[in-house]
Amino acid sequence: MVAVSINQLYKSFAGLQALNGVDLQIAEGEMFGLLGPNGAGKSTLINIMAGLCRADRGQVSVMGRDVVAQAAASRRHLGVVPQELLFDPFFKVREVLQIQAGYFGVDRRNRAWIEELLESLGLADKADNNMRSLSGGMKRRVLIAQALVHRPRVLVLDEPTAGVDVDLRQSLWSFVERLHREGTTVLLTTHYLEEAEALCERIAIMNGGEVVALDSRAGLMQRYSHYQVRLRLGGLTGELPDPVTAALLRRENDEIWLQVAHGSEQLAVILDALHQQRLQVLEVETEQQNLEDLFLELTQAEST
Amino acid sequence: MNLRGTWTLFRKEVRRFMVVAMQTLLAPVITALLYLVIFSHVMADRVTMYDDLAYSSFLVPGLIMMSIIQNAFANSSSSLVFSKVTGSIVFVLLGPLTHLEFCLAFVAAAMVRALLVGLAIFVAASLYLEVQVAAPLYVLLFGFFGAATLATTGFIVGIWADKFDHAATFQNFVIMPLSFLSGVFYSIHSLPGVWQQISKFNPLFYMIDGFRYGFFGQSDVDPQIGIAVMCGALAMLGIISLTILRSGYKLRT
Repeated sequence: MVAVSINQLYKSFAGLQALNGVDLQIAEGEMFGLLGPNGAGKSTLINIMAGLCRADRGQVSVMGRDVVAQAAASRRHLGVVPQELLFDPFFKVREVLQIQAGYFGVDRRNRAWIEELLESLGLADKADNNMRSLSGGMKRRVLIAQALVHRPRVLVLDEPTAGVDVDLRQSLWSFVERLHREGTTVLLTTHYLEEAEALCERIAIMNGGEVVALDSRAGLMQRYSHYQVRLRLGGLTGELPDPVTAALLRRENDEIWLQVAHGSEQLAVILDALHQQRLQVLEVETEQQNLEDLFLELTQAEST
Repeated sequence: MNLRGTWTLFRKEVRRFMVVAMQTLLAPVITALLYLVIFSHVMADRVTMYDDLAYSSFLVPGLIMMSIIQNAFANSSSSLVFSKVTGSIVFVLLGPLTHLEFCLAFVAAAMVRALLVGLAIFVAASLYLEVQVAAPLYVLLFGFFGAATLATTGFIVGIWADKFDHAATFQNFVIMPLSFLSGVFYSIHSLPGVWQQISKFNPLFYMIDGFRYGFFGQSDVDPQIGIAVMCGALAMLGIISLTILRSGYKLRT
């Protein structure tokens, strides 16, 4: 089943096109990453999913429920962790969670789940503290607990680890992975590309309000990226052959670094050219480009 | 209907003003009692109303209703503006409450605050003045509908206002003058003819006049007209509230 369906979504703010015909389908149980630079349209997309913002055109559904026509039903399936550290200063942590659960019509039998959330997110000893007294990291944990009080089937995390220390980040991800194992669909936006790289099964990259890439992580690398090769050559003194020069990134003493396209015969051609020039290949080392390289490649290409 | 969700939001809003009860309950009661003490001492020997009614007794229902009006408006408007400014409104908006449920919870909580303030003034005034209640049903009707009407007005203003200053401007330049000029301190029969007619365009006049009818069985206009005005105003404000919510204005932009 499709957990989140986004079809031809358009949204503009005062003449600025925030979303320009976005299409996305996220399968139930999937861990999906949404990446993009600031202003790419990620938060606008999430806000439309959550009903915090109205689309100009297009349609979004969560677990088969339209977010406008069946707003209440779709929100029951959706938990959203907002990007900003929002909190209500009048209440204590446990009260905040009980109130949030109450909005969803969840009754007192949910108390055990609230206690479990407090425990799992390391909030148990802060449960009776006022929200104002919490550190930024603790407030972030409360936001996550608030998003989960009604046991949503789709969890949206909008930059959940922004400004969060390493310890919390690790415990947060292990908790999110647990939820994912238990069947929760997770949509994650993050600036920490290594997080998306490590956690997400599929990744969409947005730029300028459009999805510029959408694939599995491995698929994205295969389709769009290059990899680097370092060669140590014997007998390197003069000019390099043309195929090598075309791919050359750097040359230091007897070492050269090349950028080679995935799935091409470029490396074979390079090695053949070196062989014909009687240059000995003493060492070969390949280095996969990471998501960050790909991200920059795609987003910069779009903006130029 | 999401009854538990609505009840939760209502309770949360009530708790919000109870946490700062000194400011939201006690302060308006003290203010109204000060008005009562000062005006009744200054005017007691000089003015009688409705032929033989002591001015201090005349003042009590007007001050109660004025406090109901101002606090009903202040609660829903300030709570919404506060939630918007801090961003915590998002937690309610992410929930599955319908527009009607959202509106009802805010309005009902504002009514509770307004009616608690009104009740406290009534009790305090009764301790040292003879306060009669000729038609309790009218007291309840006008108290209830007056609070509901102004709570709904505050709800609309709260959605419209981007900052506290906007809501305070409306409170100070619209609600406050209208409530002071609605006959709290006088009967409109003591005004020149043209001002009597102008007063009848002030919807708050009907609330105070009808509420006073409940206490003394006398009023400047027929209280049935007051009920009609309040019901009409409340219905209109309710429609405006739901239309605004449906459009997403300022909340779901």
